[in-house]
Amino acid sequence: MGGGGGAEEELTAQETALYDRQIRVWGVDAQKRLSKAHVLVCGMNGTTTEFCKNIVLAGVGSLSLMDDHLVTEDDLNANFLIPHDESIYGGRSRAEVCCESLKDFNPMVRVAVEKGDPSLIDGEFLDKFDIIVVSCASIKTKLLINDNCRKRSKHIAFYAIECKDSCGEIFVDLQNHSYVQKVGGEPKPKELAYPSLQEAISVPWKNLPRKTTKLYFAMRVLENYESSVGRNACEASLCDLPAVLALRKDMCDKMSLSESQIPTALLERLLAAGKKQHPPVCAILGGILGQEVIKSISGKGDPIKNFFYYDAADGKGIAEDIPPLSSD
Amino acid sequence: MASSPASAASEEEAVKAAKVLMVGAGGIGCELLKTLALSGFRDIHIIDLDTIEVSNLNRQFLFRQSHVGQSKAHVARDAVLKFRPNINITSYHANVKDAQFNVEFFKQFNVVLNGLDNLDARRHVNRLCLAAEVPLVESGTTGFLGQAAGGRIPLSHEQNSQVTVHVKGKTECYECQPKPVPKSYPVCTITSTPSKFVHCIVWAKELLFAKMFGDKNQDNDLNVRSNESGTSKSDVFERNADEDLDQYARRIYDHVFGYNIEVALENEETWKNRRRPNPIYIRDTLPEEAIRQNGSSRDINNEQEEPSAMVSLGLRNPQEIWSLADNSRVFLEALKLFFEKREKEIGNLVFDKDDQLAVEFVTTAANIRASSFGIPLHSLFEAKGVAGNIVHAVATTNAIIAGLIVIEAIKVLHGDYKKYRMTYCLEHPSRKMLLMPIEPFEPNKSCYVCSETPLLLEVNTKTTKLREVIEKIIKSKLGMNLPLVMIGSTLVFEDGEGLEEDEAANYALNLEKVLAELPAPVVNDTKLTVEDFQQELSCSINIKHRDEFDEEKEPDGMVLSGWSAPVEKQVTSNGGNQSVASSSGADYADGIVEDISTKPGMKRKLDEVLELKENCDASSSAQVVEDDDDDDLVMLDENPKLAKKKRWQ
Repeated sequence: MGGGGGAEEELTAQETALYDRQIRVWGVDAQKRLSKAHVLVCGMNGTTTEFCKNIVLAGVGSLSLMDDHLVTEDDLNANFLIPHDESIYGGRSRAEVCCESLKDFNPMVRVAVEKGDPSLIDGEFLDKFDIIVVSCASIKTKLLINDNCRKRSKHIAFYAIECKDSCGEIFVDLQNHSYVQKVGGEPKPKELAYPSLQEAISVPWKNLPRKTTKLYFAMRVLENYESSVGRNACEASLCDLPAVLALRKDMCDKMSLSESQIPTALLERLLAAGKKQHPPVCAILGGILGQEVIKSISGKGDPIKNFFYYDAADGKGIAEDIPPLSSD
Repeated sequence: MASSPASAASEEEAVKAAKVLMVGAGGIGCELLKTLALSGFRDIHIIDLDTIEVSNLNRQFLFRQSHVGQSKAHVARDAVLKFRPNINITSYHANVKDAQFNVEFFKQFNVVLNGLDNLDARRHVNRLCLAAEVPLVESGTTGFLGQAAGGRIPLSHEQNSQVTVHVKGKTECYECQPKPVPKSYPVCTITSTPSKFVHCIVWAKELLFAKMFGDKNQDNDLNVRSNESGTSKSDVFERNADEDLDQYARRIYDHVFGYNIEVALENEETWKNRRRPNPIYIRDTLPEEAIRQNGSSRDINNEQEEPSAMVSLGLRNPQEIWSLADNSRVFLEALKLFFEKREKEIGNLVFDKDDQLAVEFVTTAANIRASSFGIPLHSLFEAKGVAGNIVHAVATTNAIIAGLIVIEAIKVLHGDYKKYRMTYCLEHPSRKMLLMPIEPFEPNKSCYVCSETPLLLEVNTKTTKLREVIEKIIKSKLGMNLPLVMIGSTLVFEDGEGLEEDEAANYALNLEKVLAELPAPVVNDTKLTVEDFQQELSCSINIKHRDEFDEEKEPDGMVLSGWSAPVEKQVTSNGGNQSVASSSGADYADGIVEDISTKPGMKRKLDEVLELKENCDASSSAQVVEDDDDDDLVMLDENPKLAKKKRWQ
């Protein structure tokens, strides 16, 4: 296709036609960078499904999916990549079924399955990718992958995303990120230094501004609880509430935070959610994450540093910078 | 979603029982239909007039290459049924303005969700929702939330989007705030004194293209003087009986870019304070080819493919700015290809941004004219964006907007009136927020659509024809589709089908009469009643006679007040004007060019929000910090200084 005319640097006529509307948004250069980016997603659920759709449509070079869990009826809830037909999904992994649907979205993107366990991912394997997105994994697994990304000489952007019914959290680690910021129409080069996941979740709470979103604290309590009882993300339920409240008290006491900053009602909502994801919230989180990944690949626009929270109950989508620069 | 299990269960019930109407199956529509289906909606009706294009596929993810040319509504329905086979989706491949979608039709729904991108259809849906008393969730986006484009593509300052809930009597309606209309330009700027690239595009598209390939009976301001001697009545644009195609193309070229400019130059007055344009003749731009004649021996490899002048000339990169010579070559070639390959369509063509050959013709004509007037040339890609009012659109923004629409729709169904929010998706965080919820605004008491305030029309009743009032005011400004005009109890005009022949003839006569000479004369202080039955909208217009109007400032020769005037605002800078009056069909899609950054009402509020933020950041950070509860939201009054926070729940 495309003939012998343009160098490989040029987009083909087919690409130009398909991506016409978005090239008008982010430019040809960004489109070329996208087409060379390799993305790995660990954990397929409603939110990551939305994200995958977005970046496959955007035209990344390749997308690899890692999730060996067999598809169950629960997975159909917020996932539009799984056909409602047990004869299709029965006995197959989430990654396999989702991969098959995603391939259709854009013939110019290579979508593949990576078998394996995210908690066993080693450093060298990561070098195949520019972007790693982790979801439905324990905090231990996320910390391990984030740490491995940081140890590679290659720059690998790391994202963790969780959705609990109507609430969601995105964590971003771009390490040292240089990009072009637009100020009053003028492009300006800018640098950002990101903290690791470990640094971002172990900031003493008393150092955080009072207006820090309650979801940040609530997610840390749940994370702590899940890892103390050896569960994966979203495996706790309402039955765990008393134990979670005890842990909240413990953590708040240790870090001099008023327990009212982590309302019981919020913890209740998060626990009641379990693995349930509210589809419109998945669309919002998957949209924001897609946007962030496109920003990071293209090096254009201010990326989120370093958390994003959304709660449909109050409708706010908040970016938090943790730890705040001043506290370091 | 809900804050307690009990309300979660009742929300679920409300969603299951709901019957919803979606208008538009484009960028937002695809995302919306998917999210509704996943969220448990079981009875969804979807209307879309459009068919699928290749350039939709980068975001309208329910469509595939193999669907190109098919109905968006039908294909979207089938695609969603694959992952939710047990729900009902009813699709209509039709225009929402069709008579079948009347107030009765709208009344069957619990909520209407818009995924439209054009003002006209949105105003129509707004009126039907008001008349049927069905809540409407509206949305708008202009592209990527996070950034503007790179390269040479001029983009707006901020690309923000929002989702709003309109409920009759409770919140403002879609038209309570002024809406921009497509920008129009003074005729003389387009025909004689262009100063921006967009002027050249409008000239190429609305005048030259229309003259060459469109309806010959349409009025056209293009200079058609054939030559000084005025030898015959024959139109210079007509191809003579046995005129060689190549010769014809060159003759047109010389006429419009050379001769017409020479004629314009004769009027010294015009150029006193302006740069004089250079006439351009083919012998100067393509001297080496002046001898080459035979235009029909060119070898076009694939007869099946859509004819393209750039392809047959071996130009590959639409992002590249071509030289004047290349523009001239493509222009001649495009003109010839129209006659060689698409002769049957000539006389009926309307510019369409998805018509490659038309885009090539318009781009190159605009560039040659730009060159004449010392205006920088543009690439085909850029010119296409300007000519086609192209919406910049990506999947992520649409997905977010669709998510927000569903969240509001569920509140509407569950009757959580107090929880309705207008949500802004911001390009840059404001008060740390990228998604900023704001309490909906109250209805505007002087809105001519949702209140009963009369309008005031200043007009010269002795010289203005009824036709002008209907075209320029009632249809264009008030957005009525099939208006009826009454003066007292005398019906002077009615539009639509099913009129008796004598009635129709009578109305046609009235159209050409000046106001003061109508069967019921319209003079100072006359009250007109205008109605659109389909929209169930009726308004009163008080007439004030005025003799003189300023041609520059009041080009309509009429001034309508008491109605929120659309504000013309440019989305983009340096030549990439998005709001060029366009004849191309608006797609039901995603981005909304005329909205957001061009929606002054919204912008005003957003500015206030941002101003509030500045205030907070700069001086009175105490205002934010003193409140320990972060379940606050920003409340905006008319005066931004009064902006205050209000707790809820």
